[in-house]
Amino acid sequence: MLTYLRKRILSSALPLVVVIVGVFALARLTGNPATLYLPLNATEQMRADFTARMGLDQPLLVQMADYFGGVLRLDFGESLRTGESAAAMALRAFPATLQLAATTMVLAIILAVIVGCWAALKPNGVADRISSFVSMAAASIPDFWLAIVGIWIFAITLGWLPTSGVNGSEAWVLPIATLLLRPFGVLVQIVRGAMVSALSEPYIKLARSKGAGDVRIVTHHALRNAAAPALTVAGDLTVGLVNGAVVVETIFGWPGIGKLMIDSILQRDFAVLQAAVLLTAVAIFVLNILIDLGYALLDARVRPATVKA
Amino acid sequence: MSTVTAAETTTTDRSLPVVLKVEGLNVDLRTPRGTVRAVDNVGFEARAGQTLALLGESGCGKSMTAKAVAGLLDPIADVDGGEILLNGTDLARLSPKQRRKFAGPELGIVFQDALTALNPVYPVGAQLGEAFRIHHGLSAKEAKAKAVDLMRRVGIPEPEARVNAYPHQFSGGMRQRILIAMAVALNPKLLIADEPTTALDVTVQAQIMALLKSLREESDMAVVLITHDLAVVAEEADTVAVMYAGNVVETGRVADVFASPRHPYTKGLLESVPVNAERGAELNSIPGSPPELHKIPAGCVYQDRCPLVQEVCRAERPKLLPVVSKEPAAADGATPRAAACHFSEELDK
Amino acid sequence: MATPLVQPGHQPPTSDALPEPFAVPPLEPPAAEAAEAGDKKPGLFRLLLRDKFATAAAAVLVLVGLTAVFGPALMGDLATKQNLLFANKPPFNPANGWEYFLGSDSLGRSVLARLVIATRTTVAVALPAVAIALVIGSLWGVWAGYHRGWRETVSMRVADVIMSFPSLLLAVVVLYVFNPSIANIVLILALTRIPIYLRTARAESAELQSRTFVDAARTFGAKPNAIIGRHVVPIVLPTLLTLATLEFCYVMLAESSLSFLGIGIQPPDVSWGLMVSQGRQYLQTAWWLSIFPGLAIVITTIAANMLAAWLRIATDPAQRWRLALPRKRLIARIPAKTVEGDK
Repeated sequence: MLTYLRKRILSSALPLVVVIVGVFALARLTGNPATLYLPLNATEQMRADFTARMGLDQPLLVQMADYFGGVLRLDFGESLRTGESAAAMALRAFPATLQLAATTMVLAIILAVIVGCWAALKPNGVADRISSFVSMAAASIPDFWLAIVGIWIFAITLGWLPTSGVNGSEAWVLPIATLLLRPFGVLVQIVRGAMVSALSEPYIKLARSKGAGDVRIVTHHALRNAAAPALTVAGDLTVGLVNGAVVVETIFGWPGIGKLMIDSILQRDFAVLQAAVLLTAVAIFVLNILIDLGYALLDARVRPATVKA
Repeated sequence: MSTVTAAETTTTDRSLPVVLKVEGLNVDLRTPRGTVRAVDNVGFEARAGQTLALLGESGCGKSMTAKAVAGLLDPIADVDGGEILLNGTDLARLSPKQRRKFAGPELGIVFQDALTALNPVYPVGAQLGEAFRIHHGLSAKEAKAKAVDLMRRVGIPEPEARVNAYPHQFSGGMRQRILIAMAVALNPKLLIADEPTTALDVTVQAQIMALLKSLREESDMAVVLITHDLAVVAEEADTVAVMYAGNVVETGRVADVFASPRHPYTKGLLESVPVNAERGAELNSIPGSPPELHKIPAGCVYQDRCPLVQEVCRAERPKLLPVVSKEPAAADGATPRAAACHFSEELDK
Repeated sequence: MATPLVQPGHQPPTSDALPEPFAVPPLEPPAAEAAEAGDKKPGLFRLLLRDKFATAAAAVLVLVGLTAVFGPALMGDLATKQNLLFANKPPFNPANGWEYFLGSDSLGRSVLARLVIATRTTVAVALPAVAIALVIGSLWGVWAGYHRGWRETVSMRVADVIMSFPSLLLAVVVLYVFNPSIANIVLILALTRIPIYLRTARAESAELQSRTFVDAARTFGAKPNAIIGRHVVPIVLPTLLTLATLEFCYVMLAESSLSFLGIGIQPPDVSWGLMVSQGRQYLQTAWWLSIFPGLAIVITTIAANMLAAWLRIATDPAQRWRLALPRKRLIARIPAKTVEGDK
């Protein structure tokens, strides 16, 4: 168990290292990072000052050591916009995204399990057809467009919900509904597929031979077996939720890490972008570890998850 | 046929109560070629304290018959007519909900492959105790105590320690014992054993069959044993129903049927057993293979492989009729014997 | 009755058993049908026409393809022609002429014409991205799965690394550093989707390489690449093509998101996602500017999704029979035959 976890932590750490090195490499790929860090209208003098101040005239190895030292100290330099520490800005934005993502995923999982199980009980039945179309549509609608339609209908036309902001529970409705759709659609299909295959396993027949009813079959016997593939996909979806969060936070003015990233890109604030990207990578690393723990809890055999992408 | 007739058999006593009576059972299977009949007009009886063997090749419908009796047919299969009388109640007419009340207390089933039949994510104790939780409303703790009792009953060593172990931590034979324990947990009147030893080593097979026998004697269960193994039938069963292409072609006491088969298929089967052949002689076999379900001929189902085939066999399907035997054992009329062959009289030696 | 009972290889050690190999396989219709699918399998196209949803989905995709190829030529300079007299016209008003059927923007440009031009850009990004990822990912995966060992381990690790990082984040960083040109967008989208094909192709190929027919080819002295090309790729291909259909949706949505965020397609080029973004500020006054391009995305992705779902079943010999399965009878057949003659 412990060796298993240690192994998983090591393999999950690899992407993290790649990201850290990758950001460094990318920043140097364009030649002089000063062009990256500084605004486009910076003068020659500003560039020269910047290069000297950041130690960019040093050999590459020294730069790399500096960079890694900075990463370990959570020091990514200052924001060009505010002069504030980039790490502090990223850390401040992080909870807002975490709240949004966690609420969305919990809701998506609950809804998907209910709908997926319901559909799986009668493959090709009416419920199955409806849920398969709804989930397909849900996974096909671009989140940014849904957000705009939502604003158009509920905020502009009907005036029920605010167009943006984080104040009050109404403000949560549209962002969560927008963000929810894709993970929900994908998860319904996964839960349904996993449940259909779990329900056709011989152990379900055995449970039926003991007189277990439909509810007991689903909740006690099939769901736990179907949970492993669903968990893998839920993990992937949470990673993908970062994509959605960037879009949703931008549209709804949600002060999270996604909005921070886009703002720093549009204002060419590379230090903040770097901090935000690395913080996200760390969060994903932690998430992967949690998912591995989840497997171990679900199944004594800790079987490798077999899921089609 | 010395080995077969020497096998231990008990007398089939008509006074023993009939636990299961299946009559005219049809099971349809929906396939891309249209609906085919996988089990056709099948009937048999199982009596308390005795073992009835359903014998046949794979695909002959024996397993499907068992699943129909247990109410565990796959969604693509439907019971289409017939009666399944379990102590007088017709299971075929019950709603799924009513039927669940029978599953466990009245009827238990042992599956073929214990590894896939046991739920991999729960300890065996929880799975053994489940029947008590469903039908007797016991708490988890009480059910676990019952599970330990059951494990002891089927001969699993150190049940207290192993009750929390997972299925993959047991050997194949032990897993099969757990399956059997699960089936007999509530002392059902009828136990269906669907090829319970096929997946096991020969030595373990004998242990499992012995366990089944002792459990049967202990609680006077009727056992329906689904098998393709003639030796198992000879050793374990009291009566046998031979199935071919979805039809019962011959029934009767095992000793009688094996001593003088009255259907050419049964005869062919027995002759193809190497033990019965002369050493050095070429082994007999039945030419051809069973018909596919959508190509079952109109007349006798066995016509294409039968050495005795005549015009009448192609025109008319023989009914399963009682046969009269010259042999003294069957002559007293105490044992029902029947065969579905136009020429069953001619097979009588 | 003199022929041997079963082939020697099939004879069980304890020969008291019935000949199991002589089985009718009625319990497993998929297997039974798969075996026979070879003799008279209906063409994929005929099978498609049977399913009206799949047919509709295919028709939509063909329409999108035709629009992307021929549409811009038909529209001429209509998409860029400004006409302030016709600014902000709402849609569905025949009085404005067909070119303004879907309304016009604040500069009086036809939404319909812009939509058609955007179709080409959208398809021109999504198709090459999918194709590049498909070819590289598949070949890499088949190769890794065939050889197993370190080649497999390293490949899977690379896939894990790419997959465990949000694709948009990668795109954001790369497109920040480099120009968001169409070529760069295509490359970055392809790069982030390679692991999908890599994983699938590896799994299938690893399974296949242990099969007897591959062993047989090996004993004849066939070289690995020849075996991969002749025996592995044809079997894996249908799965991968189905996957690619599905991926088309994903890539299209990803490009739309990037364009929407302002780091994808840059004006004066226009894609569906960019149109949604540009129309966003006019939501109160001219809803059609955002809604129509969004609908185009939705309809295209749903169509690709549906076609992929159908393809997945149709190209899988073990599942194909489902498409031809008759529905459950509603009326039970009357028991025709009487019971055995003991009465």
